[in-house]
Amino acid sequence: MKKEAVAVAPHKKQGFFGEIRQNFWLYMLIMPCILFAIVFKYIPMVGIVIAFQDYNPIKGMFGSEFVGLENFKYFFRGSQWLQITFNTLYLNVLFIITGTIASVVIAIMITELGKNLFVRFNQSVMIFPNFISYAVVAMFAQAFIGSDDGYVNRWIEMFGGNPISFYSESSVWPLILVIIRIWKGAGYGAIVYMAAIVGIDNGVYEAARIDGASRMQTIFRITVPMLKDTVILLTLLSVGNIFYGDFGMIYTLVGDNSMLFSTTDVIDTYVFRSIRTSGSMGMSAAVGLYQSLIGFFLVIGVNALAKKFSPESAIF
Amino acid sequence: MARKEKDSETLRTGQPFHLMSRGDKMVTIVFGVVIALFSIVCLMPFVLVVIASFTDEATLVREGYRFIPSKWSIEAYKAIFRSDTIPRAYMISIFVTVVGTVLSLLITAMGTYTLSCTQVRYRNKIAFFFYFTMLFNGGMVPTYILISKYLNLRDSIWVYIIPALLNPWNMFMLRNFFNDIPEALKESARLEGAPEWLILFRIILPLSLPALATIGLFYALNYWNAWMEAMLYIDDEKLYTLQYIIMKIIRNVNSATQIAVEGANTGTVVPPSYTIRLATAIVTIGPIIFLYPFLQKYFVGGLKVGGVKG
Repeated sequence: MKKEAVAVAPHKKQGFFGEIRQNFWLYMLIMPCILFAIVFKYIPMVGIVIAFQDYNPIKGMFGSEFVGLENFKYFFRGSQWLQITFNTLYLNVLFIITGTIASVVIAIMITELGKNLFVRFNQSVMIFPNFISYAVVAMFAQAFIGSDDGYVNRWIEMFGGNPISFYSESSVWPLILVIIRIWKGAGYGAIVYMAAIVGIDNGVYEAARIDGASRMQTIFRITVPMLKDTVILLTLLSVGNIFYGDFGMIYTLVGDNSMLFSTTDVIDTYVFRSIRTSGSMGMSAAVGLYQSLIGFFLVIGVNALAKKFSPESAIF
Repeated sequence: MARKEKDSETLRTGQPFHLMSRGDKMVTIVFGVVIALFSIVCLMPFVLVVIASFTDEATLVREGYRFIPSKWSIEAYKAIFRSDTIPRAYMISIFVTVVGTVLSLLITAMGTYTLSCTQVRYRNKIAFFFYFTMLFNGGMVPTYILISKYLNLRDSIWVYIIPALLNPWNMFMLRNFFNDIPEALKESARLEGAPEWLILFRIILPLSLPALATIGLFYALNYWNAWMEAMLYIDDEKLYTLQYIIMKIIRNVNSATQIAVEGANTGTVVPPSYTIRLATAIVTIGPIIFLYPFLQKYFVGGLKVGGVKG
């Protein structure tokens, strides 16, 4: 990044075509990427017009009738938009808070334990779930919390409790999702914080130790405050994506189980479902646009904040 | 980085356990126990499902999940490898992952090289062109209509690969790496008259193997774990991926029974439809376990290189 800012174009001023001719092969090398972005990223942006149409699959994008804001009116008139917007935000806030705390705690504990075989082994183990697809995780979840054969219910029954029918009890799902998120991601998330802790100057710790600080004191007075910047930055960046639900997770785990929608249905699953059930494409596109627009302004705002906070962290 | 890590080693283990104060010893013990417990929790589902998949069907139904079942059996694995469905899905998943990753790495490396060459005047504008796609998107509906109606990728194996070819994020990660390669290397090759593609493949790529391995693994994992494309665009059962078969099994126990019947030994009385579900999940994560040492090395390394940006 810095390098580019310093480097000055060495050649004389040329027009657009001169530049293309001079670096023709370099522009050819990036052509596949550009074509890809045009077809799969920019053309769908044009496709947003569907949000303002009464989309008819046979007539297609160019033949369907324009209906103005009708799709949006229909979506915002019902109560569902509030529900899915709330769920998206609520679940993401839960994930960000619990995930950050879990990762930071793990990172601190691992770095405090130093480097030995025990720590290495445990670290390898706790990163592992991150690589497993949510489809497999959903299969595991069934094994654990399935209604009559699940592992958890067997234990509950053994201690004389009443088995819980998890897949029809929507109120426990935010908790279940948070637990799965931590199980899957906390160990992996800790890596960034560990890198930050390792980067802290050792002289600070040595000085504290000479002054007679205990280990808990060095953790709370040195490590935690030093991690503050990293935590704020990473939190900011995830807040930028707060309007996008964790589709892969929620759809694989909950799927089309409407009994759980009241707490788990997020914008992404809502749109996906309406595509699959061939509901109104126009309305789904309208919901998608609502999400993209708010998401866009959130990311822009958050990136601006992050840039102010730590200039190196933003790509642009 | 390496130096700093070494420093921390001397700091944290510099004071041997027996010389610590009592409070500090307690801290070590408590932390060790918590870390060990968390990794047990991380591992337990895998162990439980692996054991259950090796349990006799009737025993599993009767006793539920046990760490030590009363009767073992490999019938489920026999059945899934005798069936047509799973081996075929395996081949599809492997094809998609291998071909997809190679193509993705190729176009990402080519594009990133241009972005990292300072003589390209429009490189920052082009970079923004890619960055913008990370900020704003048309959403699922237009993409769906584009792929299924206008590109005719429905029921084609390429629907898994082509729409996922490029992730701009990986491009920017790779660019950080390319930028660190000394400009003089490229310059001297150019003076010798080497064309740009030769510089890329002969000089830049061999120097970037760790970075390529990292983003290659990102791509590979993404291809391997994909199921949404199958759900949206594939009707032909012959083109299902492993992950999608799992999705189908979760939704509908009958799909497991179907596999069980397909691969049933004429001698077996009960088709092992229940254990087959679990065995399918296990064979799906098999390659990941196999590749885990690499995954760990390069993912962790890549995450640190990406630093806070990750």
